[in-house]
Amino acid sequence: MYPEDLKYTKEHEWARLEGTRVRVGITQFAAERLSDVVFIELPAQGVRVKQLEAFGVIESVKAVSDLYAPISGTVVEVNPALGGHPELVNEDPYGQGWMLLIEPAESGEFKSLLSVDDYRRLIGEPAN
Amino acid sequence: MAETTDLLHRTPLHARHLELGARMVPFAGWDMPVQYRGILEEHRAVRERAGLFDVSHMGELLVEGEAALGALQHLVPNDVARLAVGHGLYTPMCNPHGGIVDDLIILRVQPEQYLMVVNAATHAKDLAWIEEHAGAATVRDISREMALLALQGPAASTILRRLTTAPVDEMRPFDVLPEAVVAGRRMLLSRTGYTGENGFELGPAWDEAPNLWDALLEAGASSGVVPVGLGARDTLRLEAGLMLYGNDIDDATSPLEAPLAWTVKWDKGDFVGREVLLRQREQAPPRKLVGFSVEGRAVARHGYPLLHQGTRAGAVTSGTFGPTLQMSIGMGYLPFALAKEAQEGSLSVEIRERAVPIRVMRLPFYRRAA
Repeated sequence: MYPEDLKYTKEHEWARLEGTRVRVGITQFAAERLSDVVFIELPAQGVRVKQLEAFGVIESVKAVSDLYAPISGTVVEVNPALGGHPELVNEDPYGQGWMLLIEPAESGEFKSLLSVDDYRRLIGEPAN
Repeated sequence: MAETTDLLHRTPLHARHLELGARMVPFAGWDMPVQYRGILEEHRAVRERAGLFDVSHMGELLVEGEAALGALQHLVPNDVARLAVGHGLYTPMCNPHGGIVDDLIILRVQPEQYLMVVNAATHAKDLAWIEEHAGAATVRDISREMALLALQGPAASTILRRLTTAPVDEMRPFDVLPEAVVAGRRMLLSRTGYTGENGFELGPAWDEAPNLWDALLEAGASSGVVPVGLGARDTLRLEAGLMLYGNDIDDATSPLEAPLAWTVKWDKGDFVGREVLLRQREQAPPRKLVGFSVEGRAVARHGYPLLHQGTRAGAVTSGTFGPTLQMSIGMGYLPFALAKEAQEGSLSVEIRERAVPIRVMRLPFYRRAA
């Protein structure tokens, strides 16, 4: 449910290092808590995002929440599927439900994110 | 949230909800299921098959005696005198300013006995208001004696027929059988609901609700019935253009501002609020509730500003992403003239500091195939 190879934020985003870039989405915990995602507002390609500042908005039937950037950098790719199929975030939060691919501005930020054990502790699940 | 779980009321089906893994939320002082498997899935089940709702939190008040009809005629704008025994109606209940104290269903269960089904959030307020205006009629609160379950959806009649010999198919909307036998127990059965689908509401004795719940889920299993929480109840009623008290209508909105003019019967004699409503009818009410669709998929939520040519003109009362319609829909009040004939393209809703275009739509958004 919480992949070992990912880093996490306390706002329930995940970050995966892919070469020099970082792919970003929200965790299964967040997807389940939101449930029934109906709309996601994401930045355009080329936009600069800042660590732990809001980069977008996610709406479920019942609520609206901000999305926070795990790291600072430039958006190089935005998941084009989420516009028409926001439910992918519920169905496959670590796969087809990814949101952004970011070119990091500095390398230190990624390492400062939560490990899977830290994240599990945060949401009250026993560490592996 | 100020309410803690310990202080919340529990319906007789509370344990069932927990067993089913429902997500529970405080609602009007009750610990209620907002969803079991997911709002969209539950919404779809009601539109395509059937859904079972626990609405035991709602209030039931009996108004009885020779003076009952007179009291109700004074209390509500709809015409209770036209109700034969075994029939019911929907009506607002107004204050002297034409505002709405609550919206409710009145069922004539005996010649001189009427059952009022009222909202949970306004239960205490309603009871005080009704007692104050009931004159010689007796008012009895039976909310903790009668549970309430709603079976809604195209398969509702089929499922119910498996559990009763009552003439389910002969019942028209708002018909009521006060003593139907369902799953071996005597209970109230009415053809009513809050989803825009065909359906029934069943009022068993409080303690017998779990038996009925189990029987309906079992009898409906082959028809695909699922338990449905308050989340889908809201998306279903909104698609069906039904008012939610406290959101779309309240003490300050009149039935003529809301799309409830059809419930006001001018020729039935005097009733509380008539004078103000009559003036509104002659001069047009200050505001009017409109239904609208929103461009894109963002949701126009309660309280978001409605804009005309970029300037604030009103506010959203309800909004959601309509799961059946697959579009973002909402309702809200606009000044009367704008609601009637705003120019195409001049209206928008402010969502996160951006004006998103809306288009006025006729209510209901969704109407089931006949």
